[in-house]
Amino acid sequence: MSQVDDAQGASIDTPPEKPRHRATKGPRVPMREQDAARRATNFEEVAVGYSAEEAHAEAMRCIQCKNPTCIDGCPVNIDIKSFIAAIIDGDLSEGVRVLKERNALPAVCGRVCPQEEQCEAACVLARKGEPVAIGRIERFLGDHDLACEMDHRCAPEVGPSTGKRCAVVGSGPAGLACAGELRRIGHEVTIFEALHAPGGVLTYGIPEFRLPKAIVGTEIEMLSEMGVTIETDMVIGATLTVDELMTEEGYDAVFVGNGAGLPVFMGIPGENLNGVYSANEFLTRVNLMKAYEFPSSDTPVWRGRKVAVVGGGNVAMDSARTAIRLGADEVFLAYRRTEDEMPARIEEVHHAREEGVEFKMLCSPVEILGHDGFVTGLVASRMELGEPDASGRRAPMCVVDSEFTIDCDTVIMAVGTRANPLLSKAAPDIELTSRGHIVTDEQGATTKQGVFAGGDIVTGAATVILAMGAGKRAAQAMDSHLRG
Amino acid sequence: MFRIVHKRQLSDAVFEMGVEAPRIARKAEAGQFLMLRIDETGERIPLTFSDWSAEEGWVRFIFMRVGKTTHKLSHLDVGDEIKDIAGPMGIPTHVDDLGRVVVVGGGVGAAVAYPVARAMARAGNTVTVVLGARNADLLILQEEFEALGVELVVCTDDGSAGRKALVTAPLKEMCEAGTVDHSMAIGPAIMMKFCAATTKEFGVPTTVSLNPIMVDGTGMCGACRVTVGGETKFGCVDGPDFDGHAVDFEELMSRQRIYSDDERLADAEYSRECSCHK
Ligand SMILES: Cc1cc2nc3c(=O)[nH]c(=O)nc-3n(C[C@H](O)[C@H](O)[C@H](O)COP(=O)(O)OP(=O)(O)OC[C@H]3O[C@@H](n4cnc5c(N)ncnc54)[C@H](O)[C@@H]3O)c2cc1C
Ligand code: SF4
Ligand code: FES
Repeated sequence: MSQVDDAQGASIDTPPEKPRHRATKGPRVPMREQDAARRATNFEEVAVGYSAEEAHAEAMRCIQCKNPTCIDGCPVNIDIKSFIAAIIDGDLSEGVRVLKERNALPAVCGRVCPQEEQCEAACVLARKGEPVAIGRIERFLGDHDLACEMDHRCAPEVGPSTGKRCAVVGSGPAGLACAGELRRIGHEVTIFEALHAPGGVLTYGIPEFRLPKAIVGTEIEMLSEMGVTIETDMVIGATLTVDELMTEEGYDAVFVGNGAGLPVFMGIPGENLNGVYSANEFLTRVNLMKAYEFPSSDTPVWRGRKVAVVGGGNVAMDSARTAIRLGADEVFLAYRRTEDEMPARIEEVHHAREEGVEFKMLCSPVEILGHDGFVTGLVASRMELGEPDASGRRAPMCVVDSEFTIDCDTVIMAVGTRANPLLSKAAPDIELTSRGHIVTDEQGATTKQGVFAGGDIVTGAATVILAMGAGKRAAQAMDSHLRG
Repeated sequence: MFRIVHKRQLSDAVFEMGVEAPRIARKAEAGQFLMLRIDETGERIPLTFSDWSAEEGWVRFIFMRVGKTTHKLSHLDVGDEIKDIAGPMGIPTHVDDLGRVVVVGGGVGAAVAYPVARAMARAGNTVTVVLGARNADLLILQEEFEALGVELVVCTDDGSAGRKALVTAPLKEMCEAGTVDHSMAIGPAIMMKFCAATTKEFGVPTTVSLNPIMVDGTGMCGACRVTVGGETKFGCVDGPDFDGHAVDFEELMSRQRIYSDDERLADAEYSRECSCHK
């Protein structure tokens, strides 16, 4: 093991194939960030990204293992080692090409993937010290590609027309990845999106300061450039049904990637008071509808002075950090377990804390107090952790008579989402699980002939990369179906 | 983009507008609504269909100029375009042969009441429409209702047209006569609340069409939460029609007020910019 740190970067388990470079030792190249005090007042991106020199310096830390475990850690098995090698060699286009073979949206994933649990956790260097900053390098390559003129960008080649037409429902990461892959193969593709803007959670959920909408927009432009048609304002299940797509509209196959967008509330008293938001509503008002620019943008948002966010995932962090930026004096985050169990990315937790979010661990809301219809406080009960539950995490339990009140004028519920039944109600022959998720086989085929599905609607709320992986896999299954 | 193909001013502040939207027109049913966003910086607002033609591919809605969005909308004309329209949203009004049905339409609610009354009449019901407004100038669609051939009772608060009464007065009389099998109340929340209170006494089933604040209209945000029978429902996908006897109207009215300060501010700013007079 100690030989991992060897000058040549060689190790017994994974000697390099050829000494491409002399790997540098030491800590990761830090990524420049906007100062916490400053960024807490604006919606600009927090992390600035690597320069070419920084990306090269970080790439030089990679020892180019013979057995690159990082690749196994990636949910879509991107050839990480090769794109890093390309940077070492100074061939950025080659790096982008390798990356895009498996990931159509690297500038997005480089920003929002939980690399610390995936590729970076699996990196050989993580055993002894800091893993290669794969995510930051990925982001650098993605941004490099986006910065190029459209005709210099790494566009997947579109295959000869197959004469088949595919409909993709939903334009989140699952739908975008599926559409891109189907088009690459040579099928005609139309995306149907219920909202007025494409992108799914990337557009309405994840805030500007973490994922600039211009990046999402440019990635989507690339699909249009490839010949994918995007129809917004099309609510499948209402404007058209899945059946109508396949009959009247003449599509040969349909992919459903409509996400898990139905917000869950806790069912506690006071939840319908003014000032209580689902995270979805709060984030949609701010991100999709640009309420932070009100009144030049027409959609308002209730700007609380004291905001309590309930939950411990990325959605909770995004809500809390958005509330700070809208000018709240105090933002609390109430989570019923401890920080160790929080599902949010470590980086987000760290950023939230830097920006002034106050964490209240081991507490769970029992009631929301109000006066004249508006929120005045949140009553929470203290919790303690018991035995591990089905999820393997220790189950929180209420401590009797431990209730306390947090003064606040806004409460944001970020306690999860469920499948939206709008589409499936109008498609009774698509089998659902007891929780309303669509049942598929490994490849994404549903119980309805010619209809495939993937992303959060199948797995429940998960990650961008898993949704993209599912979309792409389903595209290949659709292709076999269409040829078969 | 959706082209405006019809515009008619019904009163000082009330407009009827039609847009080309063939796919939506084919699906529209009484009681359903569309989500509309005028332009790139616009908000999304729900507007219930007042009429539609599947053959000609248009849908119509009626709106009152109350805030910035409806103000902007009132400035658009035939030939102009609206950026986004999506629908039909919501569950259609349950139309069945119920016997004698009283449809109450108050204020702009008359716009929604019109296709409901028409559908109820076509389904074989004996329909009475109670049309109410503050005064004669605010009364809309009277001729259209007359053309349906249904019984029509007009009331105004000040007696400038029809009876000088609130809509609840004729409603109560009909309930007392014991001839009402079902009632529908569509209008301002306060009116629906009193209609529901009136019919409850007589055990006459009453459907109301709620108008909570919405953002997406597809069940994705929960802005439209209403309490019905002690349970939280999403107005956009579980409604907009609900059992009037079970709705928490106080909560609905309170929730409708959340952004009233913001709305005033936005409209004041817009009025200054466009330098027109309301
Ligand atoms: C605030 C927030 C932060 C997150 N942060 C991260 C993160 O940092 N890293 C990460 O990996 N994951 C994160 N996630 C999770 C990730 O965004 C999702 O797992 C992923 O977006 C799922 O992709 P999808 O394509 O399945 O669905 P979505 O992104 O939900 O897209 C579904 C699309 O379908 C549309 N649609 C729905 N119904 C219909 C219909 N009937 N007709 C037509 N269109 C319809 C929707 O409008 C939407 O555009 C976050 C999620 C949220 C909400
Ligand atoms: S990123 Fe880590 S695991 Fe992957 S090749 Fe480089 S050193 Fe090895
Ligand atoms: S308007 Fe968003 S869920 Fe009803």
